[in-house]
Amino acid sequence: MSDINFIPEPEEPIPSLSVSNNQGILQWISSVDHKQIGIMYLWLSVLFLVIAGIEILLVRLQLAIPNNHFLAPEVYNQLFTMHGTTMIFFVAMPAIFGFTTYLVPLMIGANDMAFPRLNAFSFWTTFFGGSLLYFSFLAGGAPDAGWFNYAPLNEYNYSSSPGIDYYCSGLLFAGIGTLTASVNFIVTILHYRVLPMSLKQLPLFVWMILINSFLVLAAFPSLNAALAMLLLDRQLHAHFFSAAGGGSAILWQHLFWLFGHPEVYIVILPIFGIFSEVFPVFSRKPIFGYGMVVGSGVAIALLAFGVWIHHMFATGLGNTVNSFFAASSLLIGIPTGVKIFNWLATMHGGAIRFSVSMLFAIAFLIEFTIGGLSGISFAIVPIDWQLTDTYYVVAHLHFVFIGGTLFGLLSGLFYWFPKMSGRLPDPRLSKWFFWLFVAGFNITFLVQHALGAMGMPRRVYTYPDLPGWGILNLISTIGAFLMAGSVGLLVFILVRAIKKGAVASPDAWDANTLEWTTSSPPGLKNFDRVIPVKSTRPFRDYKRPEDADWNRPEGARKHEGKYIPQNNPHGK
Amino acid sequence: MPDLFLLNISASSIFDAASPEAASIRQLTFEFIIAASAVLLLVVILTSYITVKYRSKHRHEDPKQITGNRALEIWMVSVPLALVILFLFRSLATMNAILPDRGNHTPDIIITGHQWFWEASYPGTTVTTANEIHLPTGKRILMLLNAADVIHDWWVPALGPKMDMIPGMNNYLWLTINQPGIYDGACSEFCGQQHAWMRIRVIAQLQPDYERWLSEQTTNTHIPQDTMAKAGAILFLESTCSSCHRLKGTAAAGITGPDLTHFGSRQTMLTGMMANDSGNVARWLSDPQAVKPGAHMPRFIFAKDSIRALTAYLEQLK
Repeated sequence: MSDINFIPEPEEPIPSLSVSNNQGILQWISSVDHKQIGIMYLWLSVLFLVIAGIEILLVRLQLAIPNNHFLAPEVYNQLFTMHGTTMIFFVAMPAIFGFTTYLVPLMIGANDMAFPRLNAFSFWTTFFGGSLLYFSFLAGGAPDAGWFNYAPLNEYNYSSSPGIDYYCSGLLFAGIGTLTASVNFIVTILHYRVLPMSLKQLPLFVWMILINSFLVLAAFPSLNAALAMLLLDRQLHAHFFSAAGGGSAILWQHLFWLFGHPEVYIVILPIFGIFSEVFPVFSRKPIFGYGMVVGSGVAIALLAFGVWIHHMFATGLGNTVNSFFAASSLLIGIPTGVKIFNWLATMHGGAIRFSVSMLFAIAFLIEFTIGGLSGISFAIVPIDWQLTDTYYVVAHLHFVFIGGTLFGLLSGLFYWFPKMSGRLPDPRLSKWFFWLFVAGFNITFLVQHALGAMGMPRRVYTYPDLPGWGILNLISTIGAFLMAGSVGLLVFILVRAIKKGAVASPDAWDANTLEWTTSSPPGLKNFDRVIPVKSTRPFRDYKRPEDADWNRPEGARKHEGKYIPQNNPHGK
Repeated sequence: MPDLFLLNISASSIFDAASPEAASIRQLTFEFIIAASAVLLLVVILTSYITVKYRSKHRHEDPKQITGNRALEIWMVSVPLALVILFLFRSLATMNAILPDRGNHTPDIIITGHQWFWEASYPGTTVTTANEIHLPTGKRILMLLNAADVIHDWWVPALGPKMDMIPGMNNYLWLTINQPGIYDGACSEFCGQQHAWMRIRVIAQLQPDYERWLSEQTTNTHIPQDTMAKAGAILFLESTCSSCHRLKGTAAAGITGPDLTHFGSRQTMLTGMMANDSGNVARWLSDPQAVKPGAHMPRFIFAKDSIRALTAYLEQLK
């Protein structure tokens, strides 16, 4: 190896949240450090959150009163399409991948990802995909056929602006980035754990990421294939999805939802992982039913590939097909639902500390139950026949994406922010943010359940002045602005904490896992030495040797001795 | 300003069931709401109770470290499993009752979704109409649903299930309407720029009234008497109107736009967007893209008196 260093290495060993350091922005762009890449994923997610948030505020303004003329229909259709696409692919995914990239090596006692350059490639491909998608606004029009982009409305005959071509290519790039990142996570988790850490001692967040990465590997090829086929249709006049040319409109739906439903779990499983870290730490108890949480995660991942038709119950596939998928869709509710009780049981008998992270976790239990239960109503086929594609669906999916995914990301943000920045956010302002956000969220989306049952279809740019529709939509719009205001407050809280927040100790929450054993923020090299790992809570064992998990008769002890490290099979 | 033409709508929510199909879904929905509320209540009570009771009082003392409880875990899985199995059987029974095999029944009505109107034709008759769909009450009817361009979706909440209309596919729905009335609905699958103004208006009539309506519709286009409407009729045929719209019994035989044979007898126009009156018709004819942007009707630069003539003609096509 030569001594010439082409990549500027930081001299101060702190890849902190702020951009200003001795090498400036160049150090970020050229970085292959997992912590810096993780932080860049998170900032990318915040950037797109603001953009997609502005898009939906315009949409909500248009819907505030009946028969409104604030936005033209073609503008409205582009805005709601971009809102959905951005939130799924460029907010939820990068945020999850940001936490994953930052935390997985730290939580398993590794110094970096298995493939640091591939890690950077994954991030920049995602970044490029998002930029390409947004370039469509300049190139003649954004995509306008909804985030799931049904055929044949997505074909050139019905959408002749280049928006959908950018949708295809942008998502293809992002999809490649997602796949390479998942390969990287799998290899890192399976091969780079600190020597004595068995799979049975993996932190639950890491377990969920492992399961999730396999889910990504199996689901994304279907999307990528569909996107490539659509590009062929639009650019080279193939006719995969046009009935007039012998293709099939419904084929798009099969390919899309075969990806799309697992995708729903792809953005919730890591969140289950985050909560499985947060609940134990702030209850001062181990997770209730570690094996059950992992097992139900695996069950969800497997079942996720057998439920996609529940997005298509109204497409006329027949009662036989619908019955099978009704059964599988009802079934997947069980491993998802029992986790709520795992977390409740974790809190039971504990000593609960109400940090902002924990507040989001507790609120999640109720909001996600609402979203999960309204989800069950779509597995009951006849109810689905009434309510699918109405505002009831809009309410449902936001209760799972916000009440589930976003609450989890915010809980994780407040939990790991001291680790990432070395600073503590202002607790009083953070609690204000929590209450404002939760209030805004419920005001916005609770009423939409009623709108759906009253007959309002989703994706309409305006609506007639039917009894009750105007006032409920107005309430929803007011709630949306309250949420937007609270997100502004969040950005203020974070920026202020980075600049002049109170200094956080390395172990800010008296936590259990390895990432808290290193400095806050961790240096360029994560660990000089890693404490012994003998249970799922190595750091707690280290701090309380008299009450260590591995040393307790009923706990992890019964597993002791059975474990054979896979990278040291003879136990030498 | 409320839209006056909306006021006579009988029902539009899924709870205003006006057919046995909708009623059986409503029954299942009520059962679901009860079960779901019970689960939600349980979670809310447990969450509140646990967070209040076990809030930390002594910072430095760890509570008893419990890692699981096999019996409780079995309960956590088996109770929801039982609930889920119950609802699976309830929904299978309801599905088969609502949407049984159609056997070799011929459909009573064929509805085709277009960007952005509904075409309705009645097999066994020569009747084709648009947007306001007349159906008889007290009779079990089979509807054939398909689409001419993109995917649309038939949904009238008070009448029961929705069904996608997919180009290249024939879908079917059974429907029995209990009471005469006007039932409001909407296209429920995003179908492009004017998806919002693809409203459905089902006009349910007692069998004799329905049959009278049907026989009126079989008649040819009304031949105008006054000079203004006569001029309009000539304009209609000589301009390009006739290449997209049909007027039965005349040379106008276009099929891409809605059938206008009895246009004047409809209460609404532009698929439920506004009341059918001469002011709205004139506004539409003078600049379609300003009234309903994206609609597939081009702007013909008609002179003012041509618009007056066409309006007079269309409004008397009863």
